[in-house]
Amino acid sequence: MGLLSLMIFVPLFGMAVILCLPSRAHGAIRWTAVAATVPPLLYSLRLLAAFKPSETGFQFVERASWIPPFGIEYYVGIDGLSITMVLLTALLCFLCMFASFGITTGVKGYFALFLMLDTGMMGVFCALDFFLFFVFWEMMLLPMYFLIGVWGGPRREYAAIKFFLYTLLGSVLLLVSILYFYFAAEPHTFDMTVLGDKLRGVVPLQVQVLIWVALFVGFAIKIPAFPFHTWLPDAHVEAPTAISVILAGVLLKMGTYGILRINYGVLPEATLAPFWGGQSVAFWLLAALGTVNIVYGAMCAMAQTDLKKLVAYSSISHMGYVMLGMSAFTDQGINGAVLQMFNHGTITAMLFLLVGVIYDRAHHRNIDGFGGLASILPVYTGVTGLAFFAAMGLPGLSAFISEVLVLLGAWQAYPALTVVAASAVILTAGYMLWALQRVYLGPPNEKYRMLPDMSGRELFTLIPLGAIVIFLGIYPRPILDLQSPALLRLNQRVRAAAPSPAPDLIAAGEKH
Amino acid sequence: MGTVESLTLFLPELVLSGAVLAVILLDIAIPGRDRGGSIVPGVASLVAAVAALILTTGLPAAGIPGLATGTAPTWLFGRMLVLDGFSLFFKVLLGLSLVAVVWMSLHSREVRGRPNEGEYYTLLVSSGLGMFLMAGAANLLMAYLALEFVSLTSYVLTGFLRHNRRSGEAALKYLIYGGVASGAMIYGMSWIFGLTGAMDYAGIARGVGTLDPASRPALFLALVLVLTGFGYKISMVPFHMWAPDVYTGAPIPVTAFLAVGSKAAGFAMLLRFFHFGVAPGEAAAALGRLPLVELGSLLCVATMTLGNLAALSQTNLKRLLAYSSIAHAGYALLGFVVFAAAGVQAVLFYLAVYYTMNLGAFWVVMLVANATGREDIDGYRGLAWRGGALAAVALAVFLFSLAGLPPLAGFLGKFYVFAAGVEGRLYALVVIGLLNSVVSLYYYARIVKVMFLDRPEPTDPPMHFRLVGDLGVVGVLAVANLVLILRFDWLLDLVQTAGRVFMG
Repeated sequence: MGLLSLMIFVPLFGMAVILCLPSRAHGAIRWTAVAATVPPLLYSLRLLAAFKPSETGFQFVERASWIPPFGIEYYVGIDGLSITMVLLTALLCFLCMFASFGITTGVKGYFALFLMLDTGMMGVFCALDFFLFFVFWEMMLLPMYFLIGVWGGPRREYAAIKFFLYTLLGSVLLLVSILYFYFAAEPHTFDMTVLGDKLRGVVPLQVQVLIWVALFVGFAIKIPAFPFHTWLPDAHVEAPTAISVILAGVLLKMGTYGILRINYGVLPEATLAPFWGGQSVAFWLLAALGTVNIVYGAMCAMAQTDLKKLVAYSSISHMGYVMLGMSAFTDQGINGAVLQMFNHGTITAMLFLLVGVIYDRAHHRNIDGFGGLASILPVYTGVTGLAFFAAMGLPGLSAFISEVLVLLGAWQAYPALTVVAASAVILTAGYMLWALQRVYLGPPNEKYRMLPDMSGRELFTLIPLGAIVIFLGIYPRPILDLQSPALLRLNQRVRAAAPSPAPDLIAAGEKH
Repeated sequence: MGTVESLTLFLPELVLSGAVLAVILLDIAIPGRDRGGSIVPGVASLVAAVAALILTTGLPAAGIPGLATGTAPTWLFGRMLVLDGFSLFFKVLLGLSLVAVVWMSLHSREVRGRPNEGEYYTLLVSSGLGMFLMAGAANLLMAYLALEFVSLTSYVLTGFLRHNRRSGEAALKYLIYGGVASGAMIYGMSWIFGLTGAMDYAGIARGVGTLDPASRPALFLALVLVLTGFGYKISMVPFHMWAPDVYTGAPIPVTAFLAVGSKAAGFAMLLRFFHFGVAPGEAAAALGRLPLVELGSLLCVATMTLGNLAALSQTNLKRLLAYSSIAHAGYALLGFVVFAAAGVQAVLFYLAVYYTMNLGAFWVVMLVANATGREDIDGYRGLAWRGGALAAVALAVFLFSLAGLPPLAGFLGKFYVFAAGVEGRLYALVVIGLLNSVVSLYYYARIVKVMFLDRPEPTDPPMHFRLVGDLGVVGVLAVANLVLILRFDWLLDLVQTAGRVFMG
């Protein structure tokens, strides 16, 4: 078994071990779950060391025939686009196991399902065969349904089924597209890496654009892009803390990852083909909707009274930057977008963990129900301050770099949208600072005088994330070097495939 | 082949016929049978069913040319029956259904210990025999007789719970609908005989190929009438109305047999009649002018949509599974509408997968009914938290498999059917089918919600299932649903061999 297979299947093995443990042995189950997430984390460090960014194509490839009559293969590998996502998944899963120690009912089921989820996520980022990709993609649904539905908040049943149905609706479109690809390619294949070349000239451009849109809707539900975002506030708010972290930290990224890998990778021609009003799908569905996401998400966040809901809406806003950045097809834009995927993963994970910390103590999340926590919980307030400032995009912290890159990149293609998106930074600062003020500043609330500050376990889950946020804010080179060559090639590929006459944005992009 | 030579290839059916007689005699011979409680008829039926299954799987080794590779058909009893890869596939599937349902009946509280238990097994095995004949029928007369044989035994089996009014009502409804459908079918068959001058499928195919174009509307009408009879057997809309009442009223093993066995046998006849009887060679060209694809698409969409929408609001689990089985007939019909070998193979694959998931679901329903006497969804409240965790997990596996979620087997079935649809360029049908599976997830997940997300009330009785005795078969089926994805090329090979008879 290769490195990637081990990363994918060690958690599943852990799940099998947990299922064999007696359900009362909470300690053993928890530590088994932790133990099952350690190898993927260590392996991901090995990947980091051995990955060669300059090499074209996929690395750590494993390939084996699986279902010969359909030409389905077990085919995994990573490139500059997926390596950061694999790192993020391995890290967050490991930390979230510790954040889940507070679960006391149905412990066995919880950790077993969590590990299954881990396998599904790793698989999605590593799979290079469409069938395999789809199986992993859907494999995440079941555990997620139960994790939200059994261990979630008061409206958990509604949130769980809403998440389930929404996501399944998206995958239906994905499945049709995959089947279409399979039969359109000669010889029939599910191989993602060659489908792009096989379909060029075979599938009419209009059909390509149609499938592009179908795939986009499937992925947009996951991002979630406006107007497909309504499941997110429910699911994130009702889910237990660790699951919110995984949802926001990893699952949302699958939407944008899917667009980059499949829409861009397999249908480059359709990406920049004129779609409506002389502009491409990339403009309407990514740039325009992304800008809507940024502004709308920020405005919704400002209106919230529930701290967790505020964080949930901030995710919608921040994912908008990813969409805007990747739609510009400039070096800075796409690099910023993928870096933002990673940074949002770490920052939002911190935010959800921090909301979980206060919820565990006060048993509510009402922003106006606290006040003056800074003097009662100084350590907690300090860490929260770091996370909030990072989410705002304060210079020196990681999100600043990625957002600036996105805006720089997008400016070259869509100046007007960029102005709107950049102005939304004020909204972000507004809701973040306002929340900070209401919860942490002012006279201390006597009711919470006796709250204990953060425990060692809670700090342990947050310190690595905080360190990454600061480190990447000062020195983003390591990640950029890792991802950049592959992303620039992807950019190049889409631009080269754009049907002539090339839309204006490419001429604009070339000037810089 | 002549009658005498045919007999050696007819052994599985002979064993079943013998078993029918043996069970009747045993039932009379056992002293004190009125008090019930003898397991002899059940065990004898089980032995016969297993024997028939083993004999069926042994047929390819009997040295018949073309059977193992599925290329050439072997005609039995003067072209009444045919033995080929296709009928072999169905006989194995039906044999498995019969074995499972007899085994299930031995565990069912509704069946065990009744005074007329012997009659029950007689009818069950007879019904199984009829299904075997349906799988091999290659002549209108044989097809009609086999279908009627299965129907008549099914009516009585449905009404087996004599003290239960629901059961009696269901049997009566089944009988009336069945009578109308088979009447329409035999009327259609008489037209086909009139148009082509042949009763056997090969003769019909020749007749259709040389049919005067002016008679095509008449042929179309005849085909629609015949479709009524088949559609009734597979619970296709608009001939599905019996299914909810019958599924609810019949004893659970009988419901399972109707859902798994009867439906498979109905599909066997449908596919053979349309692909083998009226469509091969030049007949296909003649048939291509008829709006069969349009009609089939319409029925397919109606079947899956109506089944799923009606299932949404059900409160009785058996009734819900009845509507779900209507919907599944719709998915399988998609493979039929493709009118190509790939479609037929997809249907076969689907039915095989459907067997594992639907049978498993009914099995858990029976276990719960045995323990609590309840079939309504509220009876499953908090099942996972009051001792029935393993049964609840298994039922969840079956339900999500029915919903078609990867990595479960049901996903592979849907995948194959929809792939055949895309290959046949029926994009609209595929999209509607996929949207339907999203709808279906809602009601399947509702049951899972009740079992896992809801907590039991103090009034809900605690459950206890024996690990091997009760959950053994359920476990095997659940594991089969889980691991099929690891290696399913063997099943693909099987259905491709079975479907090859339609390639020529």
